Amino acid sequence: MNDWSWLVPLPVVLPLSGAGLTLALYRRPRVQRIVSVTVLVAVLVSAATLAVLADRGPLVAEMGSWATPVGISLVADRLSTLMLTVSAVVVLCVLVYSLAQDQGAGEESAPTSIYHPTYLVLVAGVANAFLSGDLFNVYVGFEILLAASYVLLTLGGSRERLRAGSIYVVVAIVSSFLFLAAIAAVYAATGTLNLAHLAQRLPQIDPGVRLTLQVMLLVAFAIKAAVFPLSAWLPDSYPTAPAPVTAVFAGLLTKVGIYAMIRTQSLLFPGGAVDTVLMWAALATMLVGILGAVAQDDIKRLLSFTLVSHIGFMVFGIALSTHAGWTAAIYYVVHHITVQTALFLVTGLMERYGGTLSLSRLGGLARLSPVVAVLFFVPAMNLAGIPPMSGFLGKLGLLQAGVANGTPLAWTLVVGSVVTSLLTLYALVKAWNKAFWQTPPEPLPAGPVPPGMIGATGALVTASLALTVFAGPLYAYTGRAAQALADRTPYIQAVLPEGDRGTGRSAHLASSPGGAG
Amino acid sequence: MIDMTPDLTLVITAAVLVTVGVYLLLERSLSRVVVGIILIGNGLNLLILGAGGRAGRPPILGGPPGATSDPLPQAMVLTAIVITLGLTAFLLAMAYRSWQLNRHDEVQDDVEDRRIARLAARDRLAVADLDADDTSTLEQEAEEARDETDRAVALVDGPSDERPEPPEDRR
Repeated sequence: MNDWSWLVPLPVVLPLSGAGLTLALYRRPRVQRIVSVTVLVAVLVSAATLAVLADRGPLVAEMGSWATPVGISLVADRLSTLMLTVSAVVVLCVLVYSLAQDQGAGEESAPTSIYHPTYLVLVAGVANAFLSGDLFNVYVGFEILLAASYVLLTLGGSRERLRAGSIYVVVAIVSSFLFLAAIAAVYAATGTLNLAHLAQRLPQIDPGVRLTLQVMLLVAFAIKAAVFPLSAWLPDSYPTAPAPVTAVFAGLLTKVGIYAMIRTQSLLFPGGAVDTVLMWAALATMLVGILGAVAQDDIKRLLSFTLVSHIGFMVFGIALSTHAGWTAAIYYVVHHITVQTALFLVTGLMERYGGTLSLSRLGGLARLSPVVAVLFFVPAMNLAGIPPMSGFLGKLGLLQAGVANGTPLAWTLVVGSVVTSLLTLYALVKAWNKAFWQTPPEPLPAGPVPPGMIGATGALVTASLALTVFAGPLYAYTGRAAQALADRTPYIQAVLPEGDRGTGRSAHLASSPGGAG
Repeated sequence: MIDMTPDLTLVITAAVLVTVGVYLLLERSLSRVVVGIILIGNGLNLLILGAGGRAGRPPILGGPPGATSDPLPQAMVLTAIVITLGLTAFLLAMAYRSWQLNRHDEVQDDVEDRRIARLAARDRLAVADLDADDTSTLEQEAEEARDETDRAVALVDGPSDERPEPPEDRR
């Protein structure tokens, strides 16, 4: 068998090199575009290849050949490569969309020359967070993607974006500090930060300390994932950004937090010590989020609230701590990344046609552009979970896992999920009625919409429908990913094949120092 | 084995820095928030340094046994310092831009959020319901449908006289 581990760093290295290249080419927008698209296509190809290869077992790459507990390892297992592949599809669609938007004349939020480098850095950060097998490197990945997101969110530096940006930046920094404090505490307690090594050592430390560490990490990730009561920053800050930026944030950034939560709960702290708390948090996230969505007038804010609400579904799946729960949660993450991004892209189209995103002022878009109406309707119904689309399948999986769990709290969550789905349907149908069917109060200044924007949105909507068509193989894949999470040993053995160290060449440095071991 | 007892001064300094930083973080002015973030960042860096073992020993291999401290936290602190530096620079730029635009650097509330909250306080709908404020009732709509059998039934029924005029054609 060939050793394919050289592929593992590519999803991080390619966008970073691309970012440098596009920055150097800032005077040549046309070349910038070609470089960005090429890089993201290459990332997609390498991620998809990794997803296929990782199905045979996790691939590990040790950076600079430093042996694992000391050096940084990148690990591509089923979960991380699946996330990576879906993210690559989404970022590629969003990039094509923003390129087309760029070509449309008179755009207030026209991406400047800094857009491409920053966007590629964001992609590199997301890939690094997904692939990292080291807690500190996860932190670095988070910081890379957050730093890029600060720039993208405040693009143009208008008053409104600055207001939204300052809230977003400060909240994100606070969550990073919590994460950093947790890292310091984890290192002090165990003497290692490698995830696989931690999985071996954490069971040996005091249960009280372990619980503290787990809660610290979960709180840090919950802020990033926008789990209620730590979600208030999201609907405040996302809607002001340009449509493609909001779309990629909504699709990816919160999901990176969810991914980190899955890893924490499965690999580092198995046994479900805080599952009850997580269940309540999931219930509150679903209900508070969707009630917020029902009250909104601005459609981007409405979608931001549904985003918060549906994070609750994923947390529910994580908190079940069963094979079925994790399977459904991973499938739901994949579904939600594509659908939520598609919806935000459609709002960009609606803004082009309507000149506004206020539901009171929009109207008659269905007559103006039937294509946009279809592009909104399909992901909206998908998000609400209308059969037979992927949202329905993901929710069904979660409900089945909840019923199988059988505790009163799990049943409460099951009821809560159904209520949330209904309210999602209500909020989205209301938005549909207002924006597409009602007679507009005053004629809309229908601007020209470049076909590339519609094409990119259509591609993403098609991708979300493909999740339904290929739901069988995909669900089986997420099932195997969840099985590997529950087993834990494949991951640990792949990273530490010789018991407590990796395969790197730095032999005399590999004896790990310190620690409570 | 490395001596893992952390230095008490280091721990206390970290605690003080983080406490002061949290206080400043709760302010509305962005420049105070920046100072708070710098303090918390430095406090946390000290915390990581403390995780590396007893202070005052070089992180270099090859000395007498037990006289080294763990080099990994120092490598991590370097990364963390660089990240904090970059973020501080960005925040300062934001505070300056905010001062340029608004002549102050206080973080504002979300206008749209306030608007929705005010409407909620007055128990009004956030979305103006254009369909709801036309005055037609079900009976008027039945009238507009102009079904002969309906009309016959309506004439037999008494209240049909009190029916207001059907609204002029809006569609």
